[in-house]
Amino acid sequence: MTVTDAHTDPTVDRWTAVCRLDDLVPERGVAALLERSDGTAVQVAIFRLLDDSVRAVQQLDPYSGAHVMSRGIVGSRGEEPTVASPVYKQVFALATGRCLEAGGKTPRPGLGAHLEPFAAEVRDGVVHVDVAGPA
Amino acid sequence: MTSEPLTSAQPDGRRHVVVVGGGMVAQRFVEALRARDTAGEWRVSLFAEEPRKPYDRVGLTRYFEVRDAEELTLGDPALWDDPLVDLHRDCKVVAIDREARTVTDRLGTVHAYDELVLATGSNAARPPIPGNELPGVFVYRTIDDVAELRGWVEAKREANKVTTRGGVVEKPVRGAVIGGGLLGLEAAGALKALGAQATVIEFGTHLMGVQVDLGGGQALKRLINDKGIAVRAETATKEMKPHRRTGHVGRMDFADGGRLDVDVVVMATGVRPRDELARSAGLPIGERGGAVVDLTCRTEDPHVWAIGEVACIEGRCLGLVAPGNTMAEVVVDRLLGGDAEFPGADTATKLKLSGVDVASFGDAHGRTEDCIEIVWADPTAGVYKKLVMSDDARTLLGGVFVGDAAPYASLRPMLGAELPGDPAAFLLPEGGGAPDLELPDEANVCSCNNVSAGTIRGAVTDHDCTSVGDVKSCTRAGTTCGACLPLVKKITETEMAKAGIEVSTALCEHFALSRAQLFDAVRVADLHSFSEIIERFGVRAEPSASPGRGSAAGRDSAGLASPLLHRGCDICKPVVGSILASLGNGHILSGEQAALQDTNDHMLANMQKDGTYSVVPRMPGGEVTPEGLIVVGQVAKDFGLYTKITGGQRIDMFGARVEQLPEIWKRLVDAGFESGHAYGKSLRTVKSCVGSTWCRYGVQDSVGMAVELELRYRGLRSPHKLKMGVSGCARECAEARGKDVGVIATDKGWNVYVGGNGGQTPKHAQLLAEDLTSDEMLRAIDRFLMLYIRTADRLQRTAPWVEEYEGGLDAIREVILADSLGIADDLDAAMAAHVEGYEDEWKAVLEDPEKLARFGSFVNAPTTPDPTLAYVAERGQKRPATPEEIAAGPDGPVDPSLTGPVLVAGATLEVRA
Repeated sequence: MTVTDAHTDPTVDRWTAVCRLDDLVPERGVAALLERSDGTAVQVAIFRLLDDSVRAVQQLDPYSGAHVMSRGIVGSRGEEPTVASPVYKQVFALATGRCLEAGGKTPRPGLGAHLEPFAAEVRDGVVHVDVAGPA
Repeated sequence: MTSEPLTSAQPDGRRHVVVVGGGMVAQRFVEALRARDTAGEWRVSLFAEEPRKPYDRVGLTRYFEVRDAEELTLGDPALWDDPLVDLHRDCKVVAIDREARTVTDRLGTVHAYDELVLATGSNAARPPIPGNELPGVFVYRTIDDVAELRGWVEAKREANKVTTRGGVVEKPVRGAVIGGGLLGLEAAGALKALGAQATVIEFGTHLMGVQVDLGGGQALKRLINDKGIAVRAETATKEMKPHRRTGHVGRMDFADGGRLDVDVVVMATGVRPRDELARSAGLPIGERGGAVVDLTCRTEDPHVWAIGEVACIEGRCLGLVAPGNTMAEVVVDRLLGGDAEFPGADTATKLKLSGVDVASFGDAHGRTEDCIEIVWADPTAGVYKKLVMSDDARTLLGGVFVGDAAPYASLRPMLGAELPGDPAAFLLPEGGGAPDLELPDEANVCSCNNVSAGTIRGAVTDHDCTSVGDVKSCTRAGTTCGACLPLVKKITETEMAKAGIEVSTALCEHFALSRAQLFDAVRVADLHSFSEIIERFGVRAEPSASPGRGSAAGRDSAGLASPLLHRGCDICKPVVGSILASLGNGHILSGEQAALQDTNDHMLANMQKDGTYSVVPRMPGGEVTPEGLIVVGQVAKDFGLYTKITGGQRIDMFGARVEQLPEIWKRLVDAGFESGHAYGKSLRTVKSCVGSTWCRYGVQDSVGMAVELELRYRGLRSPHKLKMGVSGCARECAEARGKDVGVIATDKGWNVYVGGNGGQTPKHAQLLAEDLTSDEMLRAIDRFLMLYIRTADRLQRTAPWVEEYEGGLDAIREVILADSLGIADDLDAAMAAHVEGYEDEWKAVLEDPEKLARFGSFVNAPTTPDPTLAYVAERGQKRPATPEEIAAGPDGPVDPSLTGPVLVAGATLEVRA
């Protein structure tokens, strides 16, 4: 599924088909093991919202160092759909990956405070995620 | 004779203060000195005659409930570990040499001092009535006194059992208390609590003559009679006579010719200051005893001080703890160079006898010239309330409250201040229209700990306290007798409101209700899904959130944004999940409920730091067969799991990956195990000792009972985790009193204790009921748990719940044993439904392909392990590698063979639907 120069060539489809929308439970996440265009593996957490749209962020929880974000609770802060880390309960915006509540904790050394967001959409009942760019 | 060097100067230049006496005031002195002497100028040695740490003598009667001397220990036990504090227990000081500035203890050791503080307290007086030394005549002063009294009454109760042709008849134990004061009434209450009859003999015209006027005394007599305690006022005891056969006290003869047959007598006629050391040291002694001190609490000798009941201050000794504590603070201030003086005694008192409300303060007898007394009395209800006011009816001089002491807490601090409005309004029953009192900052709210209203306000405004609990630990207000707590709460909440700190019980931004309110709402409205619940009870979206407004990312904007609004969060979703589970809504991973469950519940296992899980099968009562142990061992070996015995008498297996969980469960379930709910806010384990089946001392089958309890309450979802314990005898090897529900066997049945926990703030469980049969016990626990589940806050364990429940444990006991709220049948039915509806959550997942499908590692590679997991070997097992160990690369300690699937043979499961 990976194309070596996908990132620079606009004619190449950068999207990865991951799973069927039906594989996802509304307001829960799943993990997916994907590959970036440079061949490195990346774990992505994909969430299905109530309106059947999907969101994707990095699976790595920067505050614990464990790959667990897909197992967090989906909710909302104001109008912003969110996910809470299942380890130390930091709350992140699902659309942007921004950490909204750090709970007084700092990320593990070498990791950023926010999650990397990935573009995600449903085409013909299949969830597609764009991980083609470099980290 | 041994001796310390007599030079008092310490190598480190510290000075040495010696405290003689180990009571409440001595404890307060040491506590205050260590809190205020931040530079460590002073080293303090405390010599106590009793073999105990200073304990709460005011709470002595509580010893009958808690039966554990440790429980009455005052203050933070860490005080006695302070390197600058030396506590010498069972080490009475026998002599003072003022010239050499030394004291000698009972072992003959001499200790030098720079300053000496006498805090020897007082002795219970034994009035010179003939017969006052007979066996069966007690005083009421120390834990040992109380323990002896208890032993005596229990022995008499046994001896009074008479076998007749009709069977065993138990004659009641007849008790009498000489003295109808504060202590006498508490002693009478203690006799009743021990199951004895009690008659109070009072020489004066009425009960509590020091604190209460005649009208109050008469109302009090009615209340005391209602508790089953007889009262004989204006009665002098002439003699106590021995029983002819036993030689024990058997009869009291009164001056008026009357007599009373008794099995036990408690003398509570007052106290005498223990001033013998001061006398032999040649210090001036007051007319009625006590070491004479000035307003700085200093005796004639500039290096000797006296505080508490032994100090004769302003010409009298004070037998209350509050002025003693004030004296302790004064001396500490002086030692540290301050100029504090004793401000005069606060003699306000409140009787601590359950069900009898009596309090008085200030000039209760109206002795001030030209004062006005305002009385409100309701003889049928046994209520008498009086305020003593200055002649213009504006300044409060004192008060007496009998039968309804509610106004006491807020009025006492107003002593000497002007009351707003009509003073009579304060005496009307609750809601009688009394204006809200705005206490002046200097008003003393907690007299035990000398905390003013201003200090409490400061705790909120300057020290970030946001609850009564915070204020208590910050200021110590309400931590001794607790009488002022309603006022502390009111001041705290008023101040928080002023500071704009919202006193909100709302769960989160999605629900304005508290957990308890939401529980009731869901139960009554009969709702069964999160969507219904948030639709009905959730906070509504602002009207400005117009339809068609896009989501934050601007995607899927056409009319789809509104369903995303107010969809709950990681706070309210697990609460609703727990409420639904408590109300019996099927498997916690069924349908929409799956999205509500917290991390651990969602995987029916406990997430560990690297994102893998630990698995705990239930071993009811800690009982496991050899075959079961072998299965657990084989599973751990096959899946490469780290194993450890838990604190709850079972086995935890760590390092299981998501995709391994169903396979592990299948092996365990096939061998007869089920989920141990180690992941749930629910019953964890029922710990037990081995009990009467094997133990030489056990009196009941504690393991059998623990198994029964664990199987009854397994899977019961609650506001927080629940732990229980069952001990087979009073030795309490199961540590049941450290549990939310603890059961301890007696030779007559079971004692049930509630509200204990270990952890960060350990609490001993308190006695709920005694000598219950197995059926009675189950019913009591059923109701206790259901009441807790329905009314506790989110993540509130049983101990704080009991403490904050309106009316405390007494009120809970009334609900459970006397059905005071009329909800017992409802609670019983709810528990019966739980027991009936239980299913093993693991087995249910294994039988449901849809649920099973969620236990894959990756949606696009369900059996591939998380490639980032890394382990190192330690003590023969694996543990997660640290980031440094992972960074060390292939030459580091990380062992790839510990990560990969170790399973060689075993069940394979179809995990895709």
